[in-house]
Amino acid sequence: MELLAVENLRVYYQTLRGDVKAVDGVTFSMSPGEIMGLAGESGCGKSTLGRSLVLLKPPMKYVGGKVLLKGTPLPIWDKKTMASFRFSEVSLIPQYALSALNPTRKVKKLLTDILWSKGIKFSQIFPELRRRMELVELPLEVLNMYPFELSGGMKQRMVMVLSTLLNPSLLIADEVTSALDVSTQKAVARMLVEFRDRKFVGAIIVITHDISLLYQIADSIFVMYAGKLMERGSTEDLIQRPKHPYTQLLVASLPRIGARYAQEKLQGIPGCPPSLLEPPQGCRFRTRCPRTWEKCLEEPPLVTTKDGDLTWQVACWLAVDKHA
Amino acid sequence: MLELDRVTKIFRLGIFGRKSLKAVDQVSFRVNHGQVVALIGESGSGKTTIGKMILRLLPATSGTILFEGRDIAKFHGRALKEYYRQVQGVFQDPFSSYNPIFKVDRIFNIVQKEFFPKVSAQKWRERQEEALCAVGLTPEEVLGKYPHQLSGGQLQRLLIARALLLEIRLLVADEIISMLDASTRVDVLNLLADLKNAQGLSVLFITHDLALAHYVSDEALILYRGNIVESGDIAKVFGSPLHPYTQMLLLSVPRLDQKWEDVEIKLQAQSAPLGKGCVYYHRCFVQEKEKICANEKPGLLEVENGHFVACHRFRETKKEVRYATGETRGTSTS
Repeated sequence: MELLAVENLRVYYQTLRGDVKAVDGVTFSMSPGEIMGLAGESGCGKSTLGRSLVLLKPPMKYVGGKVLLKGTPLPIWDKKTMASFRFSEVSLIPQYALSALNPTRKVKKLLTDILWSKGIKFSQIFPELRRRMELVELPLEVLNMYPFELSGGMKQRMVMVLSTLLNPSLLIADEVTSALDVSTQKAVARMLVEFRDRKFVGAIIVITHDISLLYQIADSIFVMYAGKLMERGSTEDLIQRPKHPYTQLLVASLPRIGARYAQEKLQGIPGCPPSLLEPPQGCRFRTRCPRTWEKCLEEPPLVTTKDGDLTWQVACWLAVDKHA
Repeated sequence: MLELDRVTKIFRLGIFGRKSLKAVDQVSFRVNHGQVVALIGESGSGKTTIGKMILRLLPATSGTILFEGRDIAKFHGRALKEYYRQVQGVFQDPFSSYNPIFKVDRIFNIVQKEFFPKVSAQKWRERQEEALCAVGLTPEEVLGKYPHQLSGGQLQRLLIARALLLEIRLLVADEIISMLDASTRVDVLNLLADLKNAQGLSVLFITHDLALAHYVSDEALILYRGNIVESGDIAKVFGSPLHPYTQMLLLSVPRLDQKWEDVEIKLQAQSAPLGKGCVYYHRCFVQEKEKICANEKPGLLEVENGHFVACHRFRETKKEVRYATGETRGTSTS
């Protein structure tokens, strides 16, 4: 059975000038144990999508769509009912998690507060906590330290242990490695995989703009652009054989080690993303797409192909014609 | 053109400045005409401090920085202004480089008022348009707009255009692309490389991203805790890294053509106290660490032509050098 099924989800931002359509009709599903990478440019709605599954609060506004977690509907529009799911069933790691917290509280106090809200005693969970801290190479003294005393990598590892302590079914990791150095980034990314392998979490959505990092850890990649799904497929296929013009351009613009300006000149994607206040009709990538044609003025359908266990979703008119 | 000679920066910490932190330790290197030199290091390695010292935003504790053979610390008044006309910096966050309540044109107007008061408005507009075209922007698209109406890539290119108006010869680019999206990042990099080829601009490209550094640079300097551990021709440094730190960095970069290999990284040793030995001693994965590694700091050794490394494993054969780049080859670029 699918672990997570999201159907036609719409989440807008309320502003004085109207609604910003940050997540506009997104459909996807995840299998148990899957690490899904959610990639896209800044402002494409990837963080909004991740956050809305855990804590949907103003100015975010639920507009429509369904979310099923292990078959049960997740009431994401209702902040209060969601409280019983948060932390125990769905958990979120924001980008600068520990830096955003009260700097006058020690890490342990923070943890006991969260546990208290769930009716769990600290002593109850302590053996498991100790085991997991050992796993991520954190000394126990960290619990008696203030958040600002920890280095960037230590913070992220501590937050990972905290947010997965109750074995949530779904973990959303929002840009957890982007502020880290390459060596620490690698270690933290590896730990995400290890947590999944040890079944501390059911499935992970890794939100990042770094596609090469996703290539290392993700099972599948979801490419988002201007609030819409562009392409979703298994990591290997999506990187090696992207079907959507946007994914193709995005992958081609990444410098690989060994690539030199003098030998091969890489190309960026000209133009900028559309305003989400009044997104253009039809395909949203139309304005920047090199292969656009009249058909693109209509909303492209989501073409789903099943190849064994793998599903490949592409929202592009070019993909339709190949199958017709 | 630019020469750093045993530059050291010590920060005083604590209320009475009793503790001290050596952010940059005896760093020497050269940047030649029309050369892009990448300064690569993790956070806290001192790379930004070096950039700030070159821009005279911070004074060096000891050592000298020479520009065209003259000590920049001695520049005052008119000479300092002339220096800033030739050397400019662009920084990580393009949004914070602008005053949000003024239109972006203001950055150009200030340049005119300060440096070119005699140039007529007509002529200035022409020059402005020329500079904007050079960075791939159309004047109608960006002029008269407020910073929030433009994208990060556009703002960053505007800042480079502003530097070009000054007819600069050296650009200190401190993490200029880390805030940009992958799709616009490459455009800014291509721009730097084009300017280098067309106008002979020299760039000190400060970054933590190895793939991007490799893409545009001629020379690389690998910095670890204020010390240059490896340097030289970029193809040699990336092709056959010699220092264990460089090797570890290259193995940690997420790549699209191969998956990560299993290499253990010791996370805790990162902030170990610095002894008198090698700066990388506590994290070094070389098995047979020698006594000398703990007791004596290695100098930069020329291992092959144009490739330098500070590691005791190469101490027998090679001669010691002082400058990390540009020692033997003059203005050559690869």
